Amino acid sequence: MLVERRSKETLNALLFFALALLFVFQFALGPDRERLAAVLPGLLWLGFILSGVLGLGRVFLVERENDCWEALLLAPGDKSAIYLGKLAGSFVLMLVVEAIVLALFVLFFNVDLGPALPGLTLVILLGTLGFAAVGTLFAAMTAQVRARELLFPVLLLPVLVPVLLGTVKATEALLLREPLADVAHWLKLLVAADVVYLAVGLLTFDFILEG
Amino acid sequence: MTRVLGWLAALALAIGLVMAFAIAPREVTQGNVQRIMYLHVPTAWVAYLAFGVVLVASIAYLARRAAVADRVAHASAEVGVVFTGITIAAGSIWGKPTWGTWWTWDARLTSVAILFVMYLGYLLLRGMIDDHERAARYCAVLGIVAALDVPLVHFSVYWWRTLHQPPSVLKPGAATMPPAILTALLVNLVAFTLLYVYLVAKRVGLLQQETEALAS
Repeated sequence: MLVERRSKETLNALLFFALALLFVFQFALGPDRERLAAVLPGLLWLGFILSGVLGLGRVFLVERENDCWEALLLAPGDKSAIYLGKLAGSFVLMLVVEAIVLALFVLFFNVDLGPALPGLTLVILLGTLGFAAVGTLFAAMTAQVRARELLFPVLLLPVLVPVLLGTVKATEALLLREPLADVAHWLKLLVAADVVYLAVGLLTFDFILEG
Repeated sequence: MTRVLGWLAALALAIGLVMAFAIAPREVTQGNVQRIMYLHVPTAWVAYLAFGVVLVASIAYLARRAAVADRVAHASAEVGVVFTGITIAAGSIWGKPTWGTWWTWDARLTSVAILFVMYLGYLLLRGMIDDHERAARYCAVLGIVAALDVPLVHFSVYWWRTLHQPPSVLKPGAATMPPAILTALLVNLVAFTLLYVYLVAKRVGLLQQETEALAS
């Protein structure tokens, strides 16, 4: 299941989406450097989340479009293996997109990441894991539902509020050159969120794939 | 059974009303506005109770596959959303004269608002799935995720608001509540809990009849 079957289609589209998003942010906020710097962490995560929602929503569509859903259900072995496989796939995909978006941010908004980078990487890893854990679960759920493009973000965004707050606040502090220890409580929250989402995902995924 | 419960709830609510408006004394600083508390606090309590019931019923459904557990979860979520709405509305009306604003991004307000949106999504998901059994399963999973998310939301929002601002004094203090006010509040708590149980029981019965009507 760990085979990444996604063609480059999703990745390419997501990258262009992220690029377009950057332009939109720039136009919406104007060239005021001060203001941009203040909202940068929020913008960054907004970019991650929006591209993540688009990307994750498609995770189970490959099966649907190619009529492989039944095959997925019939696959021998533990269903949670499918969950972990899908999770790993979307996790890696999101990380790639995020790395590129981050680079673009540095380029376009002239941010100096410098010493904040290791801490930021940790925050991004934790945040993305939580995002992908719930996202994969909900994507499986909404794949078989009417109006899924609409329902998926509607369900996902409120649940993700803790992750979003934790990552944005931690990013903000790190960009202000605060030491990692100062954001320890946010990191703990992110870890707790990751553990909860992963555990629930693993335990309940069986029920979603039943029929 | 349900009918008795309904009358009990009505009676308790009537007593609660009398207690709230006639017996409980007028609050000194806020005046009569403070009486909103007798609606605001019980509805908030019922909302949390309802979402707790959704969690328990969801787990029970996934473990036992009893249709009744799913109906309880469904009914409880509906009632919970309504009561969350009432809590927010009543809180807003209370907030305007006392805090001077309808809405503020205070920690508690925010987490309740997120709760509201989360369970609205739950009901939306239910409405979007035609297959009964699948809707039950998916919603049970969502009910569990949402309930477990509540503490996370609570802490994140709490830190978000309190670390970067001085401790908010916006919450009307109820540390020393006179006994008369406390009794009135407790009576209303009981009354609204009865109302909740009645509404859920009624709704469960209705859902059952719906399924039976569809089946025949």
